[in-house]
Amino acid sequence: MPLLLSYSLRNLQERKLTNLLTATGMALVVFVYAAVLMLDSGLKQTLVATGEDTNVIFVRRSAEVEIQSLIDRRQARIIESQPEIVIGAEGAPLVSKEVAVLIAQPRRKTRQASNLLIRGVGPAALAVRPHVQIAEGRMFRPGSNEIVIGRALAGRFEDIEIGSSLRFAQREWRIVGRFDAGGSGFDSEIWGDSEQLMQSFRRDFFSSITVRLADRSGFDALKARLEADPRLTIEAKRERIFYEEQSRLLSGFIQILGLTLSGMFSLGAVIGATITMYAAVASRMMEVGVLRALGFRRSRILVAFLVEALLLALIGWVVGILLASLMTQVRITTLNWTSLSELAFRFVLTPGIVLRSLVFALVMGFLGGFLPAVRAARMKIVDALRVA
Amino acid sequence: MTVLSISDRPTGADVLIALSDVSKSYRRGAQIVPVLSRLTFDIRRKEFLALMGPSGSGKSTMLNLIAGIDSPDHGSITVGGEDITLLPEAELADWRAANVGFIFQFYNLMPVLTALENVELPLTLTSLGRRDRRDRAQLALSLVGLSDRVKHLPSELSGGQQQRVAIARAIVTDPTVLVADEPTGDLDRQSAKEVLEIMQRLNRDMGKTIVMVTHDHRAAAHAKRIMNLEKGDLSYLVEQRLE
Repeated sequence: MPLLLSYSLRNLQERKLTNLLTATGMALVVFVYAAVLMLDSGLKQTLVATGEDTNVIFVRRSAEVEIQSLIDRRQARIIESQPEIVIGAEGAPLVSKEVAVLIAQPRRKTRQASNLLIRGVGPAALAVRPHVQIAEGRMFRPGSNEIVIGRALAGRFEDIEIGSSLRFAQREWRIVGRFDAGGSGFDSEIWGDSEQLMQSFRRDFFSSITVRLADRSGFDALKARLEADPRLTIEAKRERIFYEEQSRLLSGFIQILGLTLSGMFSLGAVIGATITMYAAVASRMMEVGVLRALGFRRSRILVAFLVEALLLALIGWVVGILLASLMTQVRITTLNWTSLSELAFRFVLTPGIVLRSLVFALVMGFLGGFLPAVRAARMKIVDALRVA
Repeated sequence: MTVLSISDRPTGADVLIALSDVSKSYRRGAQIVPVLSRLTFDIRRKEFLALMGPSGSGKSTMLNLIAGIDSPDHGSITVGGEDITLLPEAELADWRAANVGFIFQFYNLMPVLTALENVELPLTLTSLGRRDRRDRAQLALSLVGLSDRVKHLPSELSGGQQQRVAIARAIVTDPTVLVADEPTGDLDRQSAKEVLEIMQRLNRDMGKTIVMVTHDHRAAAHAKRIMNLEKGDLSYLVEQRLE
């Protein structure tokens, strides 16, 4: 290790308590910053994973979410007859004509009602979305009042478990299975037969139609053709893009609020680092004088003190990111402001977040150390030595 | 104005350090306090010069000017033929690294570095590799009799030992001149004697030019020449030949 770096490192060890407190302050800010990014990343990952690139979702033109969308049966027939759609094992095109309805259901812990999304799906729903698998029990029988629940719902709501019944839309619905949608948004939904659900909710319109393409490159031609068709008032989107767009409102809020908070906290941490580094410079004026007398240029002194501040920040980053990594064990549920349904997701730590929080910590260290380092570098040698 | 009275000013190749018409003053609040006024004198190569004088006479200021850590208000200071007052800040730092070894009254070692690392520190400014730096630092420490203390921190050494480490640090780059500001001011008599004997040896055996500021007549007696700098209405410099 270069001697001057070793010198900086050992000086950090000299003033343990002060440096520990400063690094702790930085660690907490890094933790908040990383946690916000992890929350946002978890939300996006959950919603992006909901969609597949080979799937196309059709909703009413300008409807941002399924609950705003209405597609009549005539339009549905035109959509499902398109040649780009892959034909399934049973000889039928892989199309799921779906209805999405919100119901209020009390949460188990708080007893407060929260919005649950009930999705009526077609018989080909699982073939259209291969990442959705029945994990326990079985799939509902078409034409019955059976439903299956998403993995993330288990234990969160009253009466939502296999074998129990749920009452909504004037009917009792029996839960016969639990599906695993790979951590996607579907995990927070209840699925049933679309025709049965439409009857119960007394509606004759689908909310959306999802189709699986034989070739994902067929999307542009299909979209152009159907959106230009005067019989249709629909909009086609890749399924992944559609769900990604649903994360934007909440994601934007999390980012603005979280990053504003992180920004304000970081100001405190930077001031803390500045005070610590000023104290370090003040207590080592003699050393600065000697180093300068020995021939170390001002720039080397500047770098030496900046390195100390950056090392402090690095310690803060390591602790902060370790704390943040514990958050990956936490699952949170919140209302998706776009779909208005409850969504469960985890904090997700990505290499990008690790890197961004490192840069964030180093910027804090740099800002905190800069003025004290400049002061040390600009000190007159004779004045610094006189202090000794 | 400073009056110079040097009986036999060296000339030509003999001269290592030449101060010419040097003035220096300090600002104390609104007041400007002159310390050196139009001072001219030379120091020979391989000389061991003791600068004496009462507090505030300007002897430390003169030492700082010679060492290039302070700059005069007026005049020139030439060391080895190079006018150091003309050097820009960064080049002056490089010049100090190559040409000046410092010995301070309170040793001024880096408290977090071992004796060996303290001695190695100035060598990090050279192009030497790590192993060569270590070897040279070891050699410098052995010259001051501290081969067995290389891994000790300054806090684990006596005052005399710390000053010997400081001497090793001063000579490790083989500088043109050693400047010492009250090098025995903080030491007991025995340690002071040892330090001065080392300095004498460096001058006698290795031909090091040494300029030492001291209040102590016993310390000054180890020098080849003593100059007395006094300041009243008139500052004057008196040379006292010991040889």
